[in-house]
Amino acid sequence: MTTGTVDDVTTGEPLIVLDGVNKYFGPLHVLQDVSLSVGRGEVVVVIGPSGSGKSTLCRAINRLEPISSGTITFDGTPLPAEGRALARLRSEVGMVFQSFNLFAHKTILENVTLGPIKVRKEKTADARERGLSLLDRVGIANQADKYPAQLSGGQQQRAAIARALAMQPKAMLFDEPTSALDPEMVGEVLEVMTSLAGEGMTMVVVTHEMGFARHAANRVIFMADGRLVEDAPPAEFFANPRSERAKDFLSKILTH
Amino acid sequence: MGEFFRVLTDNWTLYRDGFTNTVQLFLIAAVGSLVLGTLLGAMRVSPVPALRASGATYVNIVRNTPLTLVFAFLVFGVPKLDVNIDYFDSACIALTVYTAAFVCEVIRSGVNTVGTGQAEAARALGMTFAQVLTLIVLPQALRAMVPPMMSVFIAMLKNTTIAAGFSVLEAGAIPSYMSERGEPQFAVLLWITIGFLILILPLVALQRFLERKWRVAR
Repeated sequence: MTTGTVDDVTTGEPLIVLDGVNKYFGPLHVLQDVSLSVGRGEVVVVIGPSGSGKSTLCRAINRLEPISSGTITFDGTPLPAEGRALARLRSEVGMVFQSFNLFAHKTILENVTLGPIKVRKEKTADARERGLSLLDRVGIANQADKYPAQLSGGQQQRAAIARALAMQPKAMLFDEPTSALDPEMVGEVLEVMTSLAGEGMTMVVVTHEMGFARHAANRVIFMADGRLVEDAPPAEFFANPRSERAKDFLSKILTH
Repeated sequence: MGEFFRVLTDNWTLYRDGFTNTVQLFLIAAVGSLVLGTLLGAMRVSPVPALRASGATYVNIVRNTPLTLVFAFLVFGVPKLDVNIDYFDSACIALTVYTAAFVCEVIRSGVNTVGTGQAEAARALGMTFAQVLTLIVLPQALRAMVPPMMSVFIAMLKNTTIAAGFSVLEAGAIPSYMSERGEPQFAVLLWITIGFLILILPLVALQRFLERKWRVAR
């Protein structure tokens, strides 16, 4: 690791830095002057009401959503424009989607090995070996030769996590990874994510799972109306939200 | 009935040469328009606005021009620019240029049947645009593209007859030769119709085969 001002012993120098980020969808101002830095090994959970810009924020980090103004820096490099440099950067950032997005025409193992083989130009045998061990790690090694449609939602999402991990990313982005799952399958996905967090993976997680935010996050970001309203350790945020907006949000979700 | 068969057997070389040229025109233009149309389709779904605009402009201009006019441009217009191409080559180019616009739209509609999440996931893995298209999107789009693509090619096979008006001896040119020989037009035309039906059968079979093949692949 290079030298730099280390402001937090547990997090180290920042890996992801957003500075004054604005994003418009037509007249809609979905990200309003958002600044945020995520340290190496840090797990940041982003919560907030729907339409608050959480997903857009998450997708902006690997430029699936281009921003209107401001800068986003990943590992010391500003996000490049569309092209090979951006593709290279994306290969270092794992992404897990709400709707899994496994490649429907490929088997689970092919899904996991396609990136390493085609993007990283790894040998097929090496990619297969690592792919199988990743599938084993997320508990679906016995599904390797099936097609995505033959798996349950929870299994598909775990396969999607394995697919992202197969690229050996420096950070992982989770865009509401459990929102499309049946309640009984949420646990198995969160379990994988928790163990990943425990191993020191840098993670940005957009979620409504407050339990995960409480026990796995280093920081909780609360967003509302495109603004970053609060940024605090989970214990502090859940016990003592400072803003009215966060108090209101928590009162609505925690009473049920 | 004997008279009907005599029309074919007496003029066999004319029918044979005409349909041979038709098949050659068709095969060359099919390959050409598939390549050009796929490139145009890729342009129309690319992230580069200038490419998308050029693709759309091509389709809008060529698709809305009568095929006879496209032929006329190539056969009468291009030689004025001191470029010499013979009639058969002109016909191949005209058919390719024209059909590519339709192939492009078939490709694009096929691509649109594949959910945006598939391409997003591929981009998130670090794939380039070409990889996203060839490894993820097009293989899943093929199934939806087969029926309209076959319609485009069947129409193109029949469109080859326009080349007769531009000095190419293909199936569409047979009637004028035959009327000079004083053959009964009804039998002449019926034999040409039968010829086209025979040529189209393999295309229909190919469509059935591909639809079945890609159905079990999922």
